[in-house]
Amino acid sequence: MTAITATHSVPVTKTESRWAQAWKNMRRSPSGMIGLSILCLHLVVAVLAPWIAPYDWTLQNGYIMFQGPDTEYWFGTDNMGRDLFSRTLMGGREAIMVTLLGTLLAIVWGGLAGMTLGFVGGKVDEWLMRIVDALLAIPWLLFLLLIIALTGQQSWTLILTLGFFYGVAVIRVVRGATLEYVPRDFVVAAKTRGESRFTIVTKELLPNVLDALLVEAAMRWAWMLLAFSSLSFLGFGVVPPTPDWGLMIADTRGMISIAPWAVLFPAMALSTLIISINLTADAFAKAIGLDRAKAPV
Amino acid sequence: MLKLILQRLGLAVFTLFTVCVLVFGVTEALPGDVCTAFLGRDAQGTRLENCRQQRNLDQPALQRFADWGTGVLQGDLGTSLKRDKSINDLVATRMRNTAVLGFGAAMIGIPLAIILGVMAALRRDKPADMMISGTSIFAMTIPEFVTATVLIFIFSIQLQWFPAVTTVRHNAPIADLIPNIILPMITLALVMMAHILRMIRSAMIDVMASDFVQMARLKGVPYWHIVFLHALPSAMLPAINIIALTIAWLLGGVVIIEQVFNYPGIGTLMIRAIYDRDLPLVQAIALILAAVYVLCNLLADLSSLALNPRLRTAR
Repeated sequence: MTAITATHSVPVTKTESRWAQAWKNMRRSPSGMIGLSILCLHLVVAVLAPWIAPYDWTLQNGYIMFQGPDTEYWFGTDNMGRDLFSRTLMGGREAIMVTLLGTLLAIVWGGLAGMTLGFVGGKVDEWLMRIVDALLAIPWLLFLLLIIALTGQQSWTLILTLGFFYGVAVIRVVRGATLEYVPRDFVVAAKTRGESRFTIVTKELLPNVLDALLVEAAMRWAWMLLAFSSLSFLGFGVVPPTPDWGLMIADTRGMISIAPWAVLFPAMALSTLIISINLTADAFAKAIGLDRAKAPV
Repeated sequence: MLKLILQRLGLAVFTLFTVCVLVFGVTEALPGDVCTAFLGRDAQGTRLENCRQQRNLDQPALQRFADWGTGVLQGDLGTSLKRDKSINDLVATRMRNTAVLGFGAAMIGIPLAIILGVMAALRRDKPADMMISGTSIFAMTIPEFVTATVLIFIFSIQLQWFPAVTTVRHNAPIADLIPNIILPMITLALVMMAHILRMIRSAMIDVMASDFVQMARLKGVPYWHIVFLHALPSAMLPAINIIALTIAWLLGGVVIIEQVFNYPGIGTLMIRAIYDRDLPLVQAIALILAAVYVLCNLLADLSSLALNPRLRTAR
């Protein structure tokens, strides 16, 4: 006699969350995984740099200027006899911190403004978008330089200006993504229920435009790093003696014929960071089914 | 049609006005003024008074904005603080040099980008495409000053083909710029190419998969005929706006590339003006570059209107 089993095995189809699915897709992209690993390595190094760095990164030593890479100084030394390995490890900290905060600001203000404009629509939207277009028409570097000329180079000025200008570009993208959801039933229902604008934007619209926003964040971050290191290179970013890749390249590039390594290592560090962000963002966009190739800059 | 053209023109004028307001407004809104920024630590007592008087800073802001604006409209950009000369004179030859640089780079970069973009699209995901697309991503993501430094290392130091730094004065005749201009031009063209190429590639892939190309193929139209006479013109349409955007985006890049090569253009002048805290000069150059940008965009808009009949009938 067989025991009566009341429950035949019902297959529990656990629907995977979208993020798990995205992660699964992403793991299949080799370039994405390479990018992500390099990016993680960069972040870990940036956080731990003060403890990993073998030498004091500001210590100058006139006897060992422009020494080639060897077992003692892995990356060689620079024009002031400072250890380039320690400086390269430290050189991304300020850039990464400033641009991450800038990106956060850009995403928060650009995202909220974009969703609100898309939701409100009408004349307000039309006129404010004109201003957004006008703001986008301004070469970013020029305005940064103008503002720096006035206020001097402080981290918070850079964060605020970078965040503001890059946020304007975010508005455009997020508004476009929002417009698709505004006429949908769940938004109309929320409106009918009498939910406040703020609730609709944060509870109904945000979850839907979140992927577009995340991809946008990664892209903005890469561009912002490019902008920040360019500013540093020109001498308007990080204040010496704080090490920074852009500044290190500017300091040593005049001697590139006798000490190419002094330019090579910071340039490699900066380029790998920016490329790894791009690769990761590309793979992520593909994994969640967004086509980024068509997005203008 | 006329209405659309007028609309685009209106938008361009509006953008320029916004730029003027911003350039002026930023200076007003932030702490300090033109004189305190310029004088720095010496900004006190009679020197500050004199400077402010000379610059009419005792007038209300609106009045000064109106004066500055009418000056700009009449083509008078004001006077430099540091050099005590008319900005128009300072800017003229350097504008010419930058224009030569940018134009040259565009002449090399745009055709090459189109050819390579089409090639990459036709060989999608094959080794040729991987190489072209991969290189373009590198050229796009690596900062201009790194690219420029690498090129200097290869072509001026190792091979010694071109000079690394420009030593020509800004008012030298154009012919004198020739050996010096080549490396900055290549750098600029490289960055420009990467952006346009990506756009052309993705547009071409879309168009080649479309029905009318399929139709032409089935009718037996020769392959290269389809590619260059049917597909490319439609792929170019979205690319025109990107080309304009890229040129504008490059205006920032030009500043950096000029600085790396010490090229006597408007970018190096702007950087020097910032080191000197010469705000009127900085404002003027920012305005000029923004105007170039707006003009590029306007031209792109108008040419896509001319090329795309669909845009003309809409609305």
